[in-house]
Amino acid sequence: MTDFIQPESFAFDDESLKAIDTIVKRYPPGKQASAVIPLLYVVQKQMQRQTGSAWVPNKGMDAVGERLGMPAIRVYEVATFYFMFNMKPIGKYHLQVCGTTPCWLRGSDDVARACRDAGHLSGYGQTSEDGVFTMTEVECLGGCVNAPILQVDDDYYEDMDYDSTVKLLEALRRGERPAPGSVIGRQTSAPVGGPQTLTDVAGE
Amino acid sequence: MALSDKDRIFTNLYGLHDWRLAGARKRGQWDGTGALIAKGRDWIIEELKNSGLRGRGGAGFPTGLKWSFMPKQASDRPHYLVVNADESEPGTCKDRDILRHDPHTLVEGCLIAGVAMGAHAGYIYVRGEYYNEHLVLQAAIDEAYAAGLLGPNACGGGWDFDLYVHRGAGAYICGEETALIESLEGKKGMPRLKPPFPAAVGLYGCPSTVNNVETIAVVPTILRRGAAWFAGFGRPKNSGTKIFCIQGHVNKPCNVEEEMSIPLRELIEKHAGGVRGGWDNLLAVIPGGSSTPMIPKSVCNDVLMDFDALREHKTGLGTAGVIVMDKSTDLIKAIARLSTFYKHESCGQCTPCREGMGWVKRMMDRMVEGRAEVDEIDILEQVTRQIEGHTICALADGGVWPVQGLIRHFRPMMEERIAAFKAARGTRALPMAAE
Repeated sequence: MTDFIQPESFAFDDESLKAIDTIVKRYPPGKQASAVIPLLYVVQKQMQRQTGSAWVPNKGMDAVGERLGMPAIRVYEVATFYFMFNMKPIGKYHLQVCGTTPCWLRGSDDVARACRDAGHLSGYGQTSEDGVFTMTEVECLGGCVNAPILQVDDDYYEDMDYDSTVKLLEALRRGERPAPGSVIGRQTSAPVGGPQTLTDVAGE
Repeated sequence: MALSDKDRIFTNLYGLHDWRLAGARKRGQWDGTGALIAKGRDWIIEELKNSGLRGRGGAGFPTGLKWSFMPKQASDRPHYLVVNADESEPGTCKDRDILRHDPHTLVEGCLIAGVAMGAHAGYIYVRGEYYNEHLVLQAAIDEAYAAGLLGPNACGGGWDFDLYVHRGAGAYICGEETALIESLEGKKGMPRLKPPFPAAVGLYGCPSTVNNVETIAVVPTILRRGAAWFAGFGRPKNSGTKIFCIQGHVNKPCNVEEEMSIPLRELIEKHAGGVRGGWDNLLAVIPGGSSTPMIPKSVCNDVLMDFDALREHKTGLGTAGVIVMDKSTDLIKAIARLSTFYKHESCGQCTPCREGMGWVKRMMDRMVEGRAEVDEIDILEQVTRQIEGHTICALADGGVWPVQGLIRHFRPMMEERIAAFKAARGTRALPMAAE
């Protein structure tokens, strides 16, 4: 594991403060602890804006605790329990390879291999030396009829194979952001070749 | 007999049309909602009971009955509707399509459910990975507010109702209803002991009901078209239409809304282009998401896809995620990967699950290699029985059922693997409980 430095301070910026105001209103008075997960996302997004790496530093968790009137340890507990908070810096793009059985049956091993090859990564949990890619194995992403799936940051790329994964990573490295969804041109979760049902919908 | 488009509830399942309010209205959603809710709680619950709707999140509990458990008299404690959009059961991707392509079916369903359970507020808990989907859902809710369909005197039906989206952050366990409530309250997603059930003590200690997305989203159409219409599909006690997710070794994986009790073979051949290499190339199917034990081809030949038919074969409809595996599949590895999943997702609260899932995973990893003794298959089976039913929630049950299914139907395959390992090594493998 690469060593990393925890920032000495963290303060919400204006964009974050605005988001927090909206979030906290969703919960009844006195129940603001409910906002802990949403606020941890706010921290992670702010770090991405400010440093190019989406992660949650200790001081960020402290700031969440302070804002919500929660002991810091309660925030740490939550941040480490859930899988989507990065507790250390990650690369510019977060490659999340689904390796659960439905994706594995459709070739997720090839997707992972392509990520290693084209991303210059030695394996899961690694960040490439140039800081462009971090690779993580994730559990079922819930897009199984479009398996295998590679999630890049918040976007799902679907119906992947070795070659399309290499192509995607090369595009990302060039600074392009291909449209998410099926890379073989499928209409979302419809069968290849186009929908066989819902061809006669009243009102459409 | 196949379901026709005019009887499909999710008419924008594939996102071919406009998901926004204008498009949804064209397809018949939000039609006369105010009048439906004005008919009141008792009428709504009675209609749902008559429709035979059973929960679509996996357990298949009758929805009308579940709603009737909410206290009838209002007290100082508010009631809450909680919608489970934490779709994480491997093999399941139906709610995703509702959230991103037909969100107004869900939003409208939430209002009606709110009225039926006396709730003035609802929370939709969306799995964190569905980031783009949650944006669509939020936009649909915003539109509904702007049109007066949510908020004070929603739809002019005399009921105030607020609806919020809450994102999870990557934890399968939060699909368990009490873990979901804990998570929504800002804690680690660890299931609560029941009783008390959420209908008595749920979100913030108040009466609450947690329902799956699909369950809520079918309600408006059932009320508009009538309980008898919905009950007319599927076998008795297995009524309605259902979204199936057909995947794995089929020629054309897809989601499709079909009639309940459709034969598995028809479902696969008609909608998913058949098994890769033909029906005779089929080895086994996991019929209802990863927690449901697999069934071999001999059962798949004529089994019906509903709660009761699958139960007769010691498996279940679950979430209707149909994972098809052809003869090229290493079934032991397919199940071992699920064991890894359940080990990863155990919340760690109960010892049989926290320790047991790791033990089962390590044992399964050895079974993949064949680095085991034949007796250890029995030990493995026995340990799964000791885990099952000994934990607060059903995660551990779902974690061991796939292993039990493998042993039940494919024990000879495991024995062959062990024999092959021994033959290759030429020595007796060292007996090791689980490393």
